[in-house]
Amino acid sequence: MATESTTDFTLDTAAELASEEHGAIEGKSPWLLAWRRLRRNYVALGFLLLFVAIVVMCALAPVYASQIAGTGPNEVHLGETFTRDGEQIPVVSKGGFVNGKFVAGGIPVGPQLWHAGGKYVFGADNLGRDVAVRLLYGGINSLKIGIGSALICTIFAILFALLAGYYGGSVGWIISRFFDLIWAFPVLLLAIALGTALSINGFHHFGINIEAGSLWIPTLVISFVLIPYVGRPLRGQILSLREKEFIEAATAQGASPFRVMLSELTPNIASSVLVFFTLIIASNILTEAGLSFLGAGVQAPNASWGTLIADGQDRIVTAPWLAIIPGIAIVLTVLSLNVFGDGLRDALDPRSKVRIER
Amino acid sequence: MIAFLARRLIGAVLVLIAVSFITYLIFIKIPGGDPAQRIAGRTATDANIADIRAKLHLDDPFYAQYWGMMQSLFNGSLKSYASQLNVVNEIKKGIPATLSLCIGAGIIWLSFGILVGVISAVTAGRASDRLITVFALIGISMPVFWLGLIARYFFAQGHPFALLPDGEYVPLTTNPWQWFVHLLMPWWVLAVLFIGFYGRVLRSNILDTINEDYVRTAKAKGLSRNTVLAKHVLRNSMIPIVTLFGLDFAAVVGGSAILTETVFNLHGVGQYAAESTQNLDLPPIMGVTIYATFFIVFFSVLVDVLYAWLDPRIRPT
Repeated sequence: MATESTTDFTLDTAAELASEEHGAIEGKSPWLLAWRRLRRNYVALGFLLLFVAIVVMCALAPVYASQIAGTGPNEVHLGETFTRDGEQIPVVSKGGFVNGKFVAGGIPVGPQLWHAGGKYVFGADNLGRDVAVRLLYGGINSLKIGIGSALICTIFAILFALLAGYYGGSVGWIISRFFDLIWAFPVLLLAIALGTALSINGFHHFGINIEAGSLWIPTLVISFVLIPYVGRPLRGQILSLREKEFIEAATAQGASPFRVMLSELTPNIASSVLVFFTLIIASNILTEAGLSFLGAGVQAPNASWGTLIADGQDRIVTAPWLAIIPGIAIVLTVLSLNVFGDGLRDALDPRSKVRIER
Repeated sequence: MIAFLARRLIGAVLVLIAVSFITYLIFIKIPGGDPAQRIAGRTATDANIADIRAKLHLDDPFYAQYWGMMQSLFNGSLKSYASQLNVVNEIKKGIPATLSLCIGAGIIWLSFGILVGVISAVTAGRASDRLITVFALIGISMPVFWLGLIARYFFAQGHPFALLPDGEYVPLTTNPWQWFVHLLMPWWVLAVLFIGFYGRVLRSNILDTINEDYVRTAKAKGLSRNTVLAKHVLRNSMIPIVTLFGLDFAAVVGGSAILTETVFNLHGVGQYAAESTQNLDLPPIMGVTIYATFFIVFFSVLVDVLYAWLDPRIRPT
């Protein structure tokens, strides 16, 4: 068995050969590669920008209310008028004949866009409150609940998935059965039940005090019922990662379970977590809207996009903008998150990208 | 297989017990929600209330109350605290509306989901695929109750059409045509959300399957494109869709249709649950939760069995 070759051909040799041709090969982290793929996906980035714009607009609600609309979210303007093109228009119609045309009483003024100098851009509601102002303030609550519950849900899901996936045994069994149990519950029914029960007297156990009208109630309820939806797939990933050699190597080097979970397992599920987090915000905003629509979410005097639609549904014939406009806000927000989340997934998992863009 | 089924069924019963017990715990300790006080009315004397408490066994320990409630639920004598109506009868009254809604919507979303998925996979990357993706994403981004309100506004309330009836449910046995017309809008509203989702899942499954070796072999044998697509690609891409459909259908029957039922005022089981929850009326909530969980658990067992039958490689362990 004599070999003819005089030099050993190693991987280093390949790198040297390549560097002679193209210059040095620079190491690129998976995150950098993902970012480069994402950077080329203009649609995803455009929708991310839309989401950021929505968040910024809602955050600026107090500025808009005081500087442009000149009214607060809960300020009632019954029997008042405003100027449009030099004409005085009642905010809520008194009924009777106006300029020879019959107008029914109690009908709020419709969307003015910019004709009234920033007042009633999206019309008024039956109490004469400015819909645009309420929309922005409601958006703050919807986004707070959506993002807050996604954050809580994801953190607990990671925690449970790590514990269940790494330890297995009785810990794993208990956590898996807990997932199964919430999974078997009709999610919306459980959320409505919890939301209604808690919004009557709040939660005052185990040293935790949450007032009845607090936004924490829908936030916690939504994050609680959605934990298995994130936790289960993550647990599956960790179960397969646990068998990999690098975990064995870490354990052999004497890494503690805590260290393995934190610095070996967590970075490997980070990309999935990021995608889940984006998509869960979207689904939580929808869930919040549904709960609030049924009266089990955000409680008055707080408003959210869901409660605005619920308030508007009875007046959909006379004042359709009341229900339609908050719905459009929800669709735009959720759509932007869904499209961006999709782009993020394609960027982080290049295999799927290759397959789809054949 | 039999051992697997038996294990799943025992598990299902345990889940039912756990779910009902948790629901019970959520509602039993709500301050201000004393059912005896509400039944007795405003002018009740303490003796009255005590009487009602005794009759409803409200002074028993909570596990005894739970047991009593489950007993009366299963022998059909459980009554609502608020309306004093029989819970089992009310649920039975709601089932035709809920099932009509869910089955119709299920047929629509499954068939259109498959259609949309196949079209966009076959034309992947082209304009039709992009357009379908956009519509699918918009579809899954809409709150279902809002879509229902808009549909009613445009198609039932005369802006610009008044073609369809504005909500309510007409039993199939009363008038099949009216049943159909009344459900047309709710079916589509409920289905839109799923069509987009199913289309996208199927699209990516098909694109995965197309790269498999056996598909290349089938093409190499000279089979036509459509035969390969229908017999080799679609059949295998459909397996995850079957799972998804089983679970989603169960979820919809078991309560996810609450919002659609409420918007269209269909008086189904979901709407009954929503109304009872708003009144903090424990017995109907228990009844509906058990009913809904039963559907969800039953269908997840069914899906597992179907899965093993469709794909013999997957053996239940």
